[in-house]
Amino acid sequence: MSFRATPSQTVGPYFVIGCNRLETNELAGPGVSGERIEIRGRVIDGDGIGVPDAMLEVWQANGAGKYAHPEDTQDKAIEPGFRGFGRIPTDEKGGFRFSTIKPGPVPGPDGKAQAPHIVVSVFMRGLLRRLVTRIYFPDDPANQEDPVLRYVEAERRTTLIAKKAGVTGGLEWNVVLQGEHETVFFDIGL
Amino acid sequence: MVQRDVCEEIDNTLPAPTLVCWWSTTIGGHQVSWGAGTACGSTCAIVSIAPAKMENGFMTNLMGFRRFRPGTQPEYLHPPYVSSVKRAPTKALVAIPQTLSEITGPMFGSERVDVKTFDLTKQHSGEPLGERIVVSGRVIDEDEKPVRHTLVEIWQCNAAGRYLHNVDQHNAPLDPNFTGCGHTLTDAEGRYRFVTIRPGAYPWANHYNAWRPAHIHFSVFGPAFATRLVTQMYFPGDPLIPFDPIFNCTADEAARQRLVSAFDWETTRPEQALGFQFNLVLAGREETPWEPLRAGRK
Repeated sequence: MSFRATPSQTVGPYFVIGCNRLETNELAGPGVSGERIEIRGRVIDGDGIGVPDAMLEVWQANGAGKYAHPEDTQDKAIEPGFRGFGRIPTDEKGGFRFSTIKPGPVPGPDGKAQAPHIVVSVFMRGLLRRLVTRIYFPDDPANQEDPVLRYVEAERRTTLIAKKAGVTGGLEWNVVLQGEHETVFFDIGL
Repeated sequence: MVQRDVCEEIDNTLPAPTLVCWWSTTIGGHQVSWGAGTACGSTCAIVSIAPAKMENGFMTNLMGFRRFRPGTQPEYLHPPYVSSVKRAPTKALVAIPQTLSEITGPMFGSERVDVKTFDLTKQHSGEPLGERIVVSGRVIDEDEKPVRHTLVEIWQCNAAGRYLHNVDQHNAPLDPNFTGCGHTLTDAEGRYRFVTIRPGAYPWANHYNAWRPAHIHFSVFGPAFATRLVTQMYFPGDPLIPFDPIFNCTADEAARQRLVSAFDWETTRPEQALGFQFNLVLAGREETPWEPLRAGRK
């Protein structure tokens, strides 16, 4: 017997009631090694207005490029306390920030390594299902060969690559929902 | 070799279940553990999963998840749901293969679960007003395999139709004995169970005289980033359902009906609470590794 998947529904405006327990914008504690980064940005709707009721969920490998998950069987260690998950709601102006370490390159299809990246789910009132996107890093030569970026038209790839901002380790990356500079969102089949 | 050390039973029908499951992986002599447990007792089991092959330093036989059938999930733009108009993407999504990044995902098997987290009527000094209900079911995949030890989160309004949130200005009363949030972990069979009160219907500003049918929000992680699901559970026979643009956003009628729970005598507690069954079905596994996606979704 084959069962059929349950449809998605919007998180609505009140997800904080159930979701705030897992909110965190510090993904890497002091015992986690790697290059410290802080990513700031805004979620912007089709009128150019910040979305005050969005929630991002991010998932990343550690600095060595290993996920804290049993199906990542690479012979690399995971620091105790590193989960690689963050849940970050936007503020009243649509802004968000989170601190982490830059992930290392992880294996990709066809035996090619992927450029360092963080995968992101975007939830909000008005989105009947999540949006999936990625954050890549500026000036990383691996971006040129990345097996996922290859699927994206060259002129739109910039929406996936964070920009250097402010102090050392500071990065800016925005979620633009509509329009000329619309962020690239992915279809992963689900 | 990857081994899962899992406790086969988390019985959250007991007043205070003890959370007892963890992961450990041995790779090249490194012992890596996720979570921590207490008092596993005699119910522990070791389950092996096929390790991914390593070739030239890369895993080559990871199994992705099957894509959903057309029409069984909502489109992003659904104009009757007004909030989607300025928030749905306008450009086509870019189809990519699932990679290790999507096939892995956060593990919450060590989350603390107790009666206060899955019984929403026991979170305050007094009892909330409203009709007590038991909402239970299974989290399974499309092949009916249980999704074990996965985190299930819920949130809802109170019996009067009011959320405990400063944006909700509906002129129905708040209930000092009801917060409206809960979480639990599925057991080894994928089962979960919450005790709560039946949420009320409430008006919203989508269109003239718009009312949301009673619903409970559900959030489930499943085994991977790819399987993440946020949805809503409805109640059978609710006369508001046919008029709700959020419920109706999915084209496939049978898929929509999967959002409606079923009244259930088996879990109805005499003199105490009506039972409702609600199963959550996540994507099934592909049968061949690294299958690239064949077509983009509009």
